[in-house]
Amino acid sequence: MALVDRDAAGIDTELTTHIVGVETDARVITPSPYVRWARRCGRDRKNRCHPCGRHAMTRRYSALSLLKEGLAGQTGWKQAWRSPEPKPSYDAIVIGGGGHGLATAYYLARNHGITRVAVLEKGWIGGGNTGRNTTVVRSNYYYPESVELYGLAHRLYEGLSKDLNYNVMLSQRGMVNLCHSTAEMEIGARTVNAMQINGIDAELFSSADVRRVAPIYNFSPDARFPVFGGIWQGRAGTARHDAVAWGYARAASRLGVDIIQNCEITDFIVEGGRCRGVQTTRGTIRAERIGMAVAGHSSVLATKAGFRLPINSYALQACVSEPVKPILDTVVLSPGCGVYVSQSDKGEIVIGGGLDRVPSYAQRGNLPTLEAVIAGLLEMFPIFGQLKLMRQWAGIVDVVPDSSPIIGPSPLPNLFLNCGWGTGGFKAIPAGGTLLATLLATGKHNDISRPFDLDRFASGRLIDEAAGSGIAH
Amino acid sequence: MQLFPCPFCGSRDETEFHYGGDAGNARPDGAEVPIERWANYLYLRSNPKGTAREIWVHMSCGEFFVMERDTVSHKVLSSTALGGEHAA
Repeated sequence: MALVDRDAAGIDTELTTHIVGVETDARVITPSPYVRWARRCGRDRKNRCHPCGRHAMTRRYSALSLLKEGLAGQTGWKQAWRSPEPKPSYDAIVIGGGGHGLATAYYLARNHGITRVAVLEKGWIGGGNTGRNTTVVRSNYYYPESVELYGLAHRLYEGLSKDLNYNVMLSQRGMVNLCHSTAEMEIGARTVNAMQINGIDAELFSSADVRRVAPIYNFSPDARFPVFGGIWQGRAGTARHDAVAWGYARAASRLGVDIIQNCEITDFIVEGGRCRGVQTTRGTIRAERIGMAVAGHSSVLATKAGFRLPINSYALQACVSEPVKPILDTVVLSPGCGVYVSQSDKGEIVIGGGLDRVPSYAQRGNLPTLEAVIAGLLEMFPIFGQLKLMRQWAGIVDVVPDSSPIIGPSPLPNLFLNCGWGTGGFKAIPAGGTLLATLLATGKHNDISRPFDLDRFASGRLIDEAAGSGIAH
Repeated sequence: MQLFPCPFCGSRDETEFHYGGDAGNARPDGAEVPIERWANYLYLRSNPKGTAREIWVHMSCGEFFVMERDTVSHKVLSSTALGGEHAA
C-alpha cells in the first residue's frame, strides 16, 4: 500500500480525476495497470478527458465499468439520458414518456433507423402507470391475436436487459391463476389447452401443485375460496418497472432520441386535414408522424384532436407492505378474491386488485376498493394479517369494452394510437413500442397490430379478453 | 368513501351506485341506422377530465338519474332524476 503522490501521478492539481486515490489522503494499491492508466488520464471540471482526450465517460454498464467507477469514486458515469431543448421539428413525435412511448422511440431508432425523434412527456418519464403498476410480466391470454401480441412482448422482455444494456431485473418466478371450483378447473383446462395450442407455455396445476409453489396460501378446509388447482405459466414473473422506463430512455437517448420532460401537449396542429405537429407548453414542435401512448389520458388528447375513443378512464389501485423476509417466490392470482400478490426483491408484498368502480382521473383511488382488496388478500394469505401497509397509490387506466388495446391510425391522419391497455399495459411495453414504431415508420400495420385497429368496434371483430387475466381489465 | 346523492333517497355510499355511461347518448332509432352510428352509440365515450354528465343507477332503489361531477376532484355538482334526457 502506498499513498499516491499527487505530483508523482503527473496530474495537474486543477483536475479532478477518475481515481479516488488521487485525493490527498486516499490510498490506492500500486502498481496496477489501472493506476498507470489513471496517471496518464485526468478530467477537468467539465468532465472532459484531459490530457489524453481519448477516454470517454463511462457509458456502458458492465461488471468491468462498475469496478472501474467503484475505484474512481463513481465520478465518471455519463448521464443516463440527455435533456435537450426541443427542436422546432422532428421526423416523428411520440407523446407520452412512459414505457410504451419510450419503447416506441427506441424501436423507431433501432429497428427503423429514424433517430430525429422527440418523446414529449408532460411530467417526468415513467411517472404515470409505468411507475404505478405491480410489475407483473405474463402472456397467459386466450385468443390467438392476443397471444401474438403479448407473446411478442414476453419474448422481448426476456432479452431486454441485454438489448438495452440496462438490468430490468426480469425475474421469471412463475405465476398461478387459481381455480376455486370444478367449473373453474374446466375453464382452466380450456385456457391451458388454448395457450399450449397457441405456443405459449402453460400447465394445469392440481391443488397439490399450488401447495408446492405457494405453501402459505389458505388451504384450510373452511376457506371461502378453496383451491382446486390453477393455471401455471412458468415464464411469467416480475420486472423492475422503473428500470424498464429508464432503460428504454437511456437506450433511445444514446441513439439520438430527444427526451423532453415537463412538456405538455396543449393542442394539435392540423393543416389540410392532417396532423402536422403539436403545440406544447415548451413551444411548437412539428412532425409528419405523431404517435400517442398516454394510457388513461388518451381521451383527453383525442378530444383535442377532434375525435372520441371507446375508452373509460378508471383508477387502478395497488399497495405494498413493509419489507419482510422472503416468503412468496411466485405470483399468485385469485379470481375469487379479486387479488393478485407477489413479493418484490426488496421484500415488500405487492398487492393489486380490480378497478375502482367510479370513472376517475384522480390518481389516488377510493377506499371501498382498497378495503375489498385487503379483505381478499387476508382470505388468500391469513399469515399476512400482521403486515403493515407501507404505501397505496393509483394509476389512471384506459379501459376498453373488449379489454384489448387499440393500436393503429387514429381518425386524424398522421396521428397514431397506442392505448386501451387498461390494467395490463406494463407487460406489453416492448410489443406496444415495437408496433407503434412500425406504424410511425411505415404508416402501415403489421400482422400483429392489425387486429387491434380502432376499426374493430365498427366491424364487430372484438377480441374479448375480459377473462384472459382473471381480473377484468 | 364517497357519498353520492340519489335524487330519491339522498346521500348514500358510492358502493350502492352503478355507473351507466354518458348522459345524452341516445340510442339510434329506425331500420336504416349506419353501422358507424351503432358503433358510436355502443362504444365511443366522452370520458372527460373535469366536469362529466353521467347516467347512474342507485341499485338500492333501482332509479336511474343524471349526475354531474368532477372526475378529478370527485366533487358532485348536481344530481337530477332522469326526465326526457335519455330519449332525446
